[in-house]
Parts: sequence; structure tokens; C-alpha cells
Amino acid sequence: MAFEGLADRLQSTIQKIRGRGKVTEQDVKEMTREVRLALLEADVNFKVVKQLINKIKERAIGQEVMESLTPGQQVIKVVQEELTQLMGGEQSKIAVADRPPTVIMMVGLQGAGKTTTTGKLANLLRKKHNRNPLLVAADVYRPAAIDQLETLGKQLSLPVFSMGTEANPVDIANEAIKKAKEEHHDYVIIDTAGRLHVDEKLMDELTQIKTNVKPAEIFLVVDAMTGQDAVNVAESFDSQLDISGVVLTKLDGDTRGGAALSIRAVTGKPIKFVGMGERTDQLEAFHPERMASRILGMGDVLSLIEKAQENVDEKQARDLEEKMRSMSFTFDDFLEQMSQVKKMGPLGDLLDMLPGAGKMKNMKNVQLDEKQLVYVEAIIQSMTRKERQEPSLINASRKKRIAKGSGRSVSEVNRLLKQFEDMKKMMKQMTNMQKGKKGRGMKFPFM
Amino acid sequence: MSFFQKLKNKFSNTNNETDQKTPEKYKEGLKKTRTSFSDRMNNLMARYRKVDEDFFEELEEVLIASDVGVNTVMDLVDELRMEAKRQNIKDTIQLKDVISEKLVEIYQGDEDEQPQKLKMNDDGLTIYLFVGVNGVGKTTSIGKLAYKLKQEGKKVVMAAGDTFRAGAIEQLQVWGERTGVEVIRHNAGSDPAAVIYDGIKAAQARGADVLLCDTAGRLQNKVNLMNELNKVHRVIEREVPGAPHEVLLVLDATTGQNALAQAKTFQETANVSGIVLSKLDGTAKGGIVLAIRNEMKIPVKFVGLGEQMEDLQEFDPNAFVYGLFADLMQDEEQAE
Repeated sequence: MAFEGLADRLQSTIQKIRGRGKVTEQDVKEMTREVRLALLEADVNFKVVKQLINKIKERAIGQEVMESLTPGQQVIKVVQEELTQLMGGEQSKIAVADRPPTVIMMVGLQGAGKTTTTGKLANLLRKKHNRNPLLVAADVYRPAAIDQLETLGKQLSLPVFSMGTEANPVDIANEAIKKAKEEHHDYVIIDTAGRLHVDEKLMDELTQIKTNVKPAEIFLVVDAMTGQDAVNVAESFDSQLDISGVVLTKLDGDTRGGAALSIRAVTGKPIKFVGMGERTDQLEAFHPERMASRILGMGDVLSLIEKAQENVDEKQARDLEEKMRSMSFTFDDFLEQMSQVKKMGPLGDLLDMLPGAGKMKNMKNVQLDEKQLVYVEAIIQSMTRKERQEPSLINASRKKRIAKGSGRSVSEVNRLLKQFEDMKKMMKQMTNMQKGKKGRGMKFPFM
Repeated sequence: MSFFQKLKNKFSNTNNETDQKTPEKYKEGLKKTRTSFSDRMNNLMARYRKVDEDFFEELEEVLIASDVGVNTVMDLVDELRMEAKRQNIKDTIQLKDVISEKLVEIYQGDEDEQPQKLKMNDDGLTIYLFVGVNGVGKTTSIGKLAYKLKQEGKKVVMAAGDTFRAGAIEQLQVWGERTGVEVIRHNAGSDPAAVIYDGIKAAQARGADVLLCDTAGRLQNKVNLMNELNKVHRVIEREVPGAPHEVLLVLDATTGQNALAQAKTFQETANVSGIVLSKLDGTAKGGIVLAIRNEMKIPVKFVGLGEQMEDLQEFDPNAFVYGLFADLMQDEEQAE
């Protein structure tokens, strides 16, 4: 990745300060310049950046930073607080109309991911809220857009209402509501065609649909990779339709997603959901403080912890910890640990959430090949039970047998054995450390 | 003669030889881009009379607001600072000429000012592979290019290599019907490399001139999907030596800094030879072209300026620059 996180950016300035022990106004100015660049690189709109920087400067020049022992960390803290505040609280509630059905309209530019998000949202409503949504294909312009929604409907076994490409989108919406009432659907999600915010005719069409169906929610779907123009897009859609919320898509890419901040700042409307992958269940609630960290390139430790909590069996984890402490950790435990990690999702995704991992990925020797895990598994499974308990047993002829059994080479078997030994050593050090300096928490990897 | 005069002359010369309609289309398509950019420049000049640090900082912002990459802008402004010092420029108006000259320099690159034509295979099948992240307009661009090539009298075949996204195959099929071009397709969920392979075989059997290969959108940080793309590329290479003759990365003009990461990763995986800049008819500035040109040296070959079949235009740096700065030029002329 071409981008450095804010922490990396501030590094050089901090180094200078360290030697002097006192922070001057000039130092703060230099630091805010780095903050400004980091935000611009993250695609935050330049106007929004300007406002933010002024606020940050005020706080930074005050006592908060200049009298702190760790000015670099303080600056980051201040920036993160300001970003989180600007992004508002967590709001992933979906409105309910007084009289069903509740109508949701999906709007946005071409290719933002409206149709996919429509499918995901319907899936979420059904699974998490126990609702019975009807999908409406009102994109009559793009070739095969209706087919796309119908295919999604089939995958999710959800009904899709369509009237072909000849019908008027306003009529389609009206008919769909009628049908929803007849068939007792409590939600109707209307997938509209992608359009440019400067296209007056098509924007009028949306206004017409809105006056006809009176939606409880209008979601603006925005590509997380959008640059400076996000502000114009969000502003136009909001002023013409008074949107109720934003869905940020394609956030599983490596974009910083500064557009989120810009949109929030100009419209004041909450970002409700984020698209985190191509599968229909990958629509998640939006977490402002995590987004703030992401924009600053500081990893997403909270998501990682949450994922771990979701997927790791607590009792097993405690057993494992006990084993580490008593040094009776074996290849069986190793295998167990691996399957736990695998449950948390693709390795690349996990690494993305770690602070500083952006840098690691740059190094070519860190290979995130899921297949490696499969190979390691095969090697361990080719060991006898005794060998797994007592790896020191494994001699040359046993290695050859294991290699043959797993279909890997002897050198790979060697490498794994070496890694296992290293791991054990590391565990020993860690447990010693914990015994020695109790109460001292882990230091953050940045700074 | 002022710099703009030169540019204009150069532009009208090339104009005589090429399509007369192109500049008008550009002017129309880039209207939003141009007015907002030159408005801001003029505004900036009006507010700052003197060249100082604040002026440069704001200049940075004007450029960044057009999605020109941060690095490119920083380099550019640093150069301007030096230039201002060297020539002892104190008045912002005097700097205007230098700014525009530098911008055009980057847009045009070092040597090639002529539109970059697509590479053709003179003896046998020409293959173009389209790649990009999700939702940038790959399938639409292919449909438009198929129309364009057909107008030029070429026999075209398309291969529906996006077997993943719901409705993608049908979408290409509709474009096939619109343009009267045959589409080679498998069922959804099948191996994209196999579709492309069949596409090549079918195109060869029918004696086609050009095969356009669609692929599924993929985010550049998904290792597995990028490996899949690499496989598609290898299949094409193996079946037709020297192919694919162009690998076109489709970029959404509204994309911000991430476009650079896209260009970089796709180039590593699929050896991108050119860029199609889509959706340039909104308010997006397409400034990312500048950054990609400067940092990646990948030329832009086409721009998408609308939703109609004809709305794919060959990228002409001269016309693009002219469109972007037309208002600035008029001011200049009036001043003279």
C-alpha cells in the first residue's frame, strides 16, 4: 500500500521532539500538517479536513498536548476523538412504519452496490429482525439489473417483484406496495437505478417515487473508495431526497474510507451499515470509533477482538492458556488452535485489523496463503499420536514418513518442527514475563 | 506567444486531422469538471495577490479536491515553490501560467501527445482483457467498445468471464443483442478461465478480429481472486502467443486515492497496459488520471462520458487538457 498510517507519519516529528523534552508551537504546527496529509490521503474532503485541523490545532496548542509527556500519542488521541465525535454515535436501527409495510428506498450512483446491498439488507431483516421483506426491481435502465435482483432473491429464497424493463419505475413502486399489502409483507425494499446526482430527469423520478410510496427510510449507497467528489454526491442526493441514512459499500477493500467522514460532515446523516464482502450475509453495523482508526491507518483492534470473542470457545482458550503456562503444549493443541483461528475468517482480513499490519503486508515474505494452513494441517495429521505429544521423537526416517503421508517435502516438515519449537520458546518467555512484571499491560505497537 | 496559445494551436492542428466531433464531446462531458476547476483557480488568484505559504497551501487543496494524488500534488507544489523563488515571482497572476504549464506536462507525459491507439494483432485474433474492482463499469465499457469496433468494421466476439456476480452474464448478453455481437457464455458459477478458453476457441473458429474478455469485479486486496485473474491471464497467454494485446483496467472517475492502489496491484497481477476512465460525466474531476500518469506511467486509453453506446471516447490528452483549461485560456486571451 502506498499510504502510511498517521502514526508512521508522525514518527519523524516525534523523534525530533524527543531529544528536547519540550514541545513548541512550531512542533505542533508540524504535527498538524502531517495529520492534514494523512486525512487527505484517506480521501477525506479538503473542506472537512480544514475544519477538523482548526479544531485539532486549538486543542493541541492548549495544554492537552504540549504539556503531555507523550505528545505524539496525545495528538493521535485528540485526532481520533475529534473524528469519532464527528462521525456520531452508532445507529443501525431500521425504521418501522406505523402501518405496514415499511418502505425502504435504495439510491445512489452507478456501481455503488445498490442491488447487492438490497439483497443483503433483506437478508438482515429476515435473519436478525424476523421480518418478511419484498424486494422490488425498479432499475429498468441498466441491462440485466432485474435479473441480478431476481438471482439474489432466488439465492436467499426471498420474493422479488418486477414488471420488466418497459414499465415506469414509479408504477412499479406503486404496484409493489399494493402487492406487499395483499401478501402481508412487513418490509418493501425498492432497488432503484444508479444515476448521476447531476441528472435532473432521473433525480426527478426518485422524487416522484418518494412522494408516491412515502418511504420510512431512504438509504444512500456509497462506494467506500469514493474520493473528494463524495461530498457533492451526498449533498445533491440529500438536498433532493432528504435521505435518512447511508450505507458504505466495499469496505472490505484496502481503502481508508475517508468518504465516510465527508458524507457525515456535509449531510449530518448517520452511516448505518457497511458492506464487508461479496456474500449476502456480509452487511454489518457501522462503528464510528473503528472507522476513525481505519481512516488514520491504525488498524481495527476492536473488530478483531470482537471476532475472536464470537468464534473462540472460552473454555478451550483457558485450557490452552493453562497448557502454555505448564509447557505441555503439543501438536494436538497446535491443530486445535489453528482451527479456532480459521473460524475467525480469512487470514488477510484478520491481518488488516491489526495496527501496523499495513506495513507487514508490504513485505513480500509474509505470505497470506490460506493453503499453507492446509499443508501444516496435513503434516500434523500425518504424525502418530505419540509424535504429536512428543515431537522430539521425530527422527529422519519418521520425517520421511510424515512427508510422504502428507504429500509435502521433508524440508517443510523440518520447517514446521522448527516453528513449533520457536513457538514454545516464545511461550516460555511470555509466561516468565507475566510472572515477573505483573500488572503491566501490553504496550501498543504504534509509537 | 503565451503557453495557452501554443496549446490551442497544437490542439487545432491535431484537430484537423482527427475527428471534428471529439473536442465538442469532451467539452460537453467535462463541463462540470472544467468549470469547477477553473472557478476555483480564478477564485484563488483573486483572493491571493501575493505568493506566500498560505497561497501554496490553498493551491494544494484546489488540486487535491480534483482527486489528484497527494504525492503528485506535493511534488508539483514543491516544484512551484522553487520556481517562484528562482524567477522571483511575487504576484500570483504571474504564477498562473507556470501552474498550468506544469499540469499539462504531467497530463501529457514526456513523449506521447497523440491519442494512444489500442494495439492490434495484424495476423490473427486480437484479445483485450478487462479488469477492475466491483462496480466500475467493466461490462458497460466492453459493450461500448464492442459497438465502436463493430462500427469500424471489425468482427467482434465477447466472452462472459464474470461468472460470479448475479446477472452479470445476462448483462453482457443484453449488450450483445444491442450491438449484434456474439457472446460466449457458461453458466453462473463456472470457472472463468474455462469461459475465456472457450471464447478464444470460438473466436478463432469464427474468424473474428477481436475478442473482448469480461471478468468479475474484484477488490485488489483479495489474494485468491487476484490469483484467479492471474490464471485467466495465463490461459490467454498460452492459447494465443502475444495475447492479451491489451489489458484494460477500468477505473471509476469518482474513485479517490485508492485508484492508485488498484492500478498498482492490477498491474502486478495482470500486466495492465491501459486505463478506461468511466463515469467522467458526473462532477468527479478525474484528477486521478494525473496521479496515475505521474506515478504509474500507465496511459489512459478511453473515457466513458455517458450511458449511450457511443459514449466511449478515445482519450486524447490534448482534448482533455483543452477541455479542462478552456476557461482559463479564454481569460488569458482576453487579458492579452
